[in-house]
Amino acid sequence: MATPEHAAGPLTARRPEISVRGFPARRAGWIDWVTTTDHKKIGILYFFTTFFFFLLGGVEALLMRIQLGSPDNTFLDGETYSQLFTMHGTTMIFLFVVPVFAAFANYLVPLMIGARDMAFPRLNMLSWWLLVLGGTVLYTSLFFSPPASGWTAYAPLSDDSFMPTHGMDAWIVSLHLVGLSTILGAINFIVTIHNMRAPGMSLSRMPLFIWTILIYSYLIILAISSLAGTLTMLLVDRNFGGTFFDPNQGGSPLLWQHLFWFFGHPEVYIMVLPAFGILSEVIPVFARKPIFGYKAVATATAAIAFVSAFVWAHHMFSTPMSTAVLIFFMLTSLAVAVPTGIKLFNWLATMWRGNIEFRLPLMFCAAFIAQFVVGGVTGVILAIFPVDWQLTDTYFVVAHMHYVLFGGSAFGIMAGLYYWFPKMSGRMLGEGLGKLSFWLMVIGFNLTFLPQHSAGMSGMPRRVNEYSTHGGLEGYNIASTIGSFVLALGVLVTLINVVQSLRNGRPSGPDPWKANTLEWFTTSPPPEHNFDVIPTVRSAEPMKDIRRSVQQRVRGRAEEPQTPEPVA
Amino acid sequence: MWPLPNFGRARWPLFAVLLLVLSAAGLVFATVAGADAISPESGPTDNAKDIDTLYKIVFALGAGVIALVWGVLFYSLVRFRARRGRTAPQIRGNTPVELGWTIGASALAIAVAVITFFYLDNIRDPAPSGPAALASVRDQSAVTDQPPPPDDKGIQIKVSGQQFLWRYQYPNGAFSFVDMVVPRDTTVTLSITSNDVAHSWWIPKLGGKMDALRGLTNETWFKADKTGIFQGQCAEFCGVNHAYMYARVLVVEPDQYQQWIEKQKKLVQQAQSQVLKQRKQFGG
Repeated sequence: MATPEHAAGPLTARRPEISVRGFPARRAGWIDWVTTTDHKKIGILYFFTTFFFFLLGGVEALLMRIQLGSPDNTFLDGETYSQLFTMHGTTMIFLFVVPVFAAFANYLVPLMIGARDMAFPRLNMLSWWLLVLGGTVLYTSLFFSPPASGWTAYAPLSDDSFMPTHGMDAWIVSLHLVGLSTILGAINFIVTIHNMRAPGMSLSRMPLFIWTILIYSYLIILAISSLAGTLTMLLVDRNFGGTFFDPNQGGSPLLWQHLFWFFGHPEVYIMVLPAFGILSEVIPVFARKPIFGYKAVATATAAIAFVSAFVWAHHMFSTPMSTAVLIFFMLTSLAVAVPTGIKLFNWLATMWRGNIEFRLPLMFCAAFIAQFVVGGVTGVILAIFPVDWQLTDTYFVVAHMHYVLFGGSAFGIMAGLYYWFPKMSGRMLGEGLGKLSFWLMVIGFNLTFLPQHSAGMSGMPRRVNEYSTHGGLEGYNIASTIGSFVLALGVLVTLINVVQSLRNGRPSGPDPWKANTLEWFTTSPPPEHNFDVIPTVRSAEPMKDIRRSVQQRVRGRAEEPQTPEPVA
Repeated sequence: MWPLPNFGRARWPLFAVLLLVLSAAGLVFATVAGADAISPESGPTDNAKDIDTLYKIVFALGAGVIALVWGVLFYSLVRFRARRGRTAPQIRGNTPVELGWTIGASALAIAVAVITFFYLDNIRDPAPSGPAALASVRDQSAVTDQPPPPDDKGIQIKVSGQQFLWRYQYPNGAFSFVDMVVPRDTTVTLSITSNDVAHSWWIPKLGGKMDALRGLTNETWFKADKTGIFQGQCAEFCGVNHAYMYARVLVVEPDQYQQWIEKQKKLVQQAQSQVLKQRKQFGG
């Protein structure tokens, strides 16, 4: 029986919205920043935090490159070196690449879907605080003894009998905190994206960046919660007499590897899918052409995420495994190449017959494609387990993962930075410095990591602090070290660009790129409530529609008979 | 037909040229620096050679993919560069084309898998010893729980990793550290384990690596058809001195091996009896 109330139900059931009941008193200066619940401010806090850690991780990398710059070098001893690569990996993965996408998503998800804030603004703030806390815990270990087991922390090396220092415990606690931060952020994105989209924005009209953030968030919940369990087991083994990874008491060192990589491989896609999303936003804007095959791109994202949960043991091809298991993981790993290839082809097809404007965001995207495809091909090579037996745990793998994570993700992040910086600051980044930075980064990156493929194939294992003059590894390593400093210079130039632009960059206006998505409907930077009016979305490119209707209105007005304005 | 790309004021072909030059320079540089720079090491064993061949096949396919993507990318960047008065056609997709490249990519992935299956057995399964192997060294096995080599033709050595040393247990009870001595043309199967943390056994010229894990036994094999000294080092990070955990395999003629192993056995026995004597002396 439908009572009038029930009948009115569906009509009055509106999507959740933030309603303003008055303005809280603004606190002064930095207190306002650290207590804010505004997603944009939290996003900017995330950017500062993650780029700070990016610089730390970069300095660690440079120190390692100095050590490897000449054979038989004694600049760093084995212990310091292993602490450095552990901190470098942990920092770049957990404190830079994963949370920097949370920075983008925090700033952009509400703006791109036409919402006024995230679903849980306070939880959002908590996520940032946990990230800062986690990073701090990791880096306090500098004052006693940093972890030294590599970011993969293979048991039993990471167990208390082989690594009794508390740096390992700091590492575990830090990852717990950062992991919690990431999971809470992911929950927030999922709830926001599912519930708070502008009227008319169906899933098939959602910006592709939002698609990737949605899938990134689901993957985080799958992978990082698994990591939390794994870390707890190690914590118990180290501190409370647990024996999960001790073969003498019924445990197994292989268990750690399976559990870790069950998290670790989806993690790779957590770190690269949002960069795909950035490309899918930037390329159509600068090619002045809609994305080619919207549905294929969105579906491929979901397919990559799904398959990525079944490929983890390809990191362990040289452990004792039956041939059937090896074949299974080889086939699933090869399968990932298909949706990834589809994405590459879709971006290329988007550029094809476009009207491509060579602005910095597009340049970074082009470099991403050129470099990521190399990482993708070496990935396929590594998926073939007999070949992997030669290549695993060598510099070939180091080169492969940096082609994916630096040549891919980090270049995507730079594209995103150059693309959305005007929205966040209201000012354009300098083109000259930007181009200089771009070229330094492209040259530096390839000079650093291309020779590492050969170093690995010539017999240089990962994580060695020294190599001898025999074996022909010298040339590769010198090239790599020079490259790393060129690359660092490139990053530095972008930093200078950001600082300079914040001071006296050219004002950007609300929509400097003539872009497609709703964040460009607001002023730059957007007001605290984002939108005065939330527009109704009619396609996957709402700003195009808005621009068109404004143009029509302007034209219509011009055609109307001019009536003199009433004089006051 | 489309007009030729207009390079006039476009500095952007530079982008393509520079990347290509850079990669070419990298490759040339790499080739100068090391002879075998663009494929894994291979030496006197069939499994290393097969891995090398397999790598080269897949690398060629991969290089084709890279060339295709770079070609289309750089062509688009030059040819479809923004020009005044031109608007891009608003194409949103093309189902046959998209299906085409999906099927194409899948076919390539399947091809790679099939090629791998073709080489797999030769790499994974130990081959029988060759004719040059002495009959006496053809059926030796160290005391392990592992099954012996095929047809009992070959020798089995137990490899144990420990921080930061490799130990080899030979069939007759002799053992050695760091340097492993094996006969030529004889199938050598290795059962690999660890006494502490994870290590990885790797002699690049003899074949792929196998991890050494405590409580588990891993297996690999090789059959060298030439004598020589082959270097390697631990490939799984195992602690501060990981970089110094070297291994060498000395491939010698079977009769030399026979002499060496007898001598080694005597030396080990002498050393052990010496230790026993001293222990008695000092009341141990």
